[in-house]
Amino acid sequence: MHIHRLEKIWLGIGIAMLFVFLIAIGIGAFAKGDHPPGHHEAIKLDPEKVYETPPFDEPRLEQIGENEYNAYIVAFIYGYNPGNIEIPVGATVHFYVTSADVVHGFAIPGTNVNLMAVPGEVNQLSHTFTEPAEYLLLCNEYCGIGHEFMATTITVKG
Amino acid sequence: MGTQHDRDLNPNQEHKGKKPHSHGEEKLNGTFVSVMLLGGFILVTWLAILFLYIDRA
Amino acid sequence: MQKNTDSKLALAHILVAYTALTLGGIAGMLQGMVRGGMLELPLGIGYYQLLTAHGVLMALVFTTFFIIGFLYSGMVRTTGPLLPTVNRIAWVGFLMMAVGTLLGVIMILLNEATVLYTFYAPMQASPWFYIALLLIVVGSWCSIVAIASQLRYWKKRNPGKLSPLFAFMAMSTMILWFVATLGAAVIVLFQFIPWSFGWVDTINVMISRTLFWYFGHPLVYFWLLPAYICWYVIIPKIIGGKIFSDSMARLSFVLFILFSVPVGLHHQLMEPGISPVWKYVQVVLTFLVVIPSLMTAFAMFATFETYGRSKGAKGLFGWLRKLPYGDVRFLAPFIGMLIFIPAGAGGIINASNQLNAVVHNTLWVTGHFHLTAASTVALTFFGVTYWLIPHLTGRTLTKGVNRMGVALTIVWSLGMALMSGAMHIVGLFGAPRRTAYTTYNDHPTALSWLSYEAVMAIGGVILFIGIIILVISIIMMLRAPKGVEEFPIGEVNESAGTTPKILDRWGIWIAILVVLILVAYTVPIMDMLNAGPGSKPWVTW
Repeated sequence: MHIHRLEKIWLGIGIAMLFVFLIAIGIGAFAKGDHPPGHHEAIKLDPEKVYETPPFDEPRLEQIGENEYNAYIVAFIYGYNPGNIEIPVGATVHFYVTSADVVHGFAIPGTNVNLMAVPGEVNQLSHTFTEPAEYLLLCNEYCGIGHEFMATTITVKG
Repeated sequence: MGTQHDRDLNPNQEHKGKKPHSHGEEKLNGTFVSVMLLGGFILVTWLAILFLYIDRA
Repeated sequence: MQKNTDSKLALAHILVAYTALTLGGIAGMLQGMVRGGMLELPLGIGYYQLLTAHGVLMALVFTTFFIIGFLYSGMVRTTGPLLPTVNRIAWVGFLMMAVGTLLGVIMILLNEATVLYTFYAPMQASPWFYIALLLIVVGSWCSIVAIASQLRYWKKRNPGKLSPLFAFMAMSTMILWFVATLGAAVIVLFQFIPWSFGWVDTINVMISRTLFWYFGHPLVYFWLLPAYICWYVIIPKIIGGKIFSDSMARLSFVLFILFSVPVGLHHQLMEPGISPVWKYVQVVLTFLVVIPSLMTAFAMFATFETYGRSKGAKGLFGWLRKLPYGDVRFLAPFIGMLIFIPAGAGGIINASNQLNAVVHNTLWVTGHFHLTAASTVALTFFGVTYWLIPHLTGRTLTKGVNRMGVALTIVWSLGMALMSGAMHIVGLFGAPRRTAYTTYNDHPTALSWLSYEAVMAIGGVILFIGIIILVISIIMMLRAPKGVEEFPIGEVNESAGTTPKILDRWGIWIAILVVLILVAYTVPIMDMLNAGPGSKPWVTW
């Protein structure tokens, strides 16, 4: 099969570039632990009993260290529990998010916090808030007629 | 609709026994530069998002 | 070309496609204006209802009907009139798909299926919506049988000969479609229909999402490959050049068969319940599916340069001046090719594992697929339509209609540049997709998006003007002077070399595909099957 010399060079360069991308994100994910959000939970939730199942029986922001928090959040039509969260600047928050009903989004514009809240599953993502501001936390997955109202705030005080 | 059959889409028949070599290859420098620009575009846009991601982390 | 039942078959598909495009386009324009703060929907129409209609009509109905009609017409052109049984199967398929489409549209209009075209569980639509989807999918399988039978008949009459390139590519597209739609058929048949009729209480949400995207990613290649067929087989003839390489063109389609399917997880990178290892494996496979597009880019430029130099063009880019920009049959697909550059670049970004967090569920994604599907694929299909409708109806493409086509291409490009451009930017600022007009209680972040959303609305209106031009063109084509409009089929470049027989068969490639699917999906699916009790239905609209 005849392949033009310049095509071989082009494909060589193109494929090499794709592999460089894969290595870069692979190192970020597997060497630095910077994976996409996910929490490979062995125990799967019953969505009907989410408010009876720890830790979501008490949705809350819980301090666990010097400036470190766990946030156990339930997404629901059409809001988040707890909402209007307040944390000091520099706080690292480990979000644990599930849904009480349909699939919701959980995203903070301007940050890399962007994950899916799926009923019956727990999603997990950590973020350090280095800038003081009032951040919008919104649902970016269509969930019903009130979808465009589903949001709350995270206020980083500094 | 037409009932033409495309004999010319059977290179097997036309090039029996002929093996094309790189001499007589077409001049494709413009093509090469074009795809390299395309590759460059992919590289630049990808890096831009990578930097945005790192910046927001 | 005379009207006969084969022509009527293809034409029926194409006219249904454009009816869907027009209705979907009205919906799209209205959505844009709502989101841009310019309009409130009248008559109790819901934004998300409109959005469901837009997605279904554009992404499922327009595409599937046009593609099948186009492929039938090309099969006739390259393998001869359809066998009577093939023609009958094809009509059965058309009727099933048409009934399914009608049923689906009615359920959407009745507000019984405001679940968007991805119909994610545990939102639950009326069972008749899922039955409609099943009818469309199974109806489309008739076209697979039809094309396979027709090709098999041609091969029997032409033993030892290489299949016509168009036919090889059409069959490859159909194989891809069958493998992909198995996923959609499984969830509709075994999950959504029993659950929506109340025969089972709960649904496994992660399985339904995963099987949807097992279907949803190759779906976009089902759209793209027919556009590539136009670029590889038809465009060279239109410009007066040659197909650059028969083997490399076939190889690209083989690579699409292999790598379009085992990659659906890249639409689920932000989801729980999937191990990061398997997400990354499917990211690697996704990057492999970029390769046949890199090959296609080279082949297209090479076709143009070879032709241009044969006409005396000199210098690095002199050949660009030799191309027939005034011919809509070339111009629209050509602009589609150029648009695929930012479109594809965006796709690589989207698939980049953790980088997906920057864009997931933002308007960037909407901007992306309005470039890939609604520009590259749509413009290529429009470019085909301008000669295909005259060809099928025994009429000609007049100079006037050609000019309208050129105008359409310009208008579409302008509208899309504004709309998709604004979407990409405001998406990076976090504006969510699939969301009606809102300022989240006048939050400053949301207020900063408003001007982009206004630009999106303007772009959408311009695109709708394009649709009007297109509809008028079609009406004029149906009344154009009688004559013979060619169905352009290219000849292969003399120095392209022989095509290995392995690039004219599918058995081995399908076998490799099955292995890849099993490798990429077995563990993730097993994990998901090991789940909690599942979700009860929700009707949230």
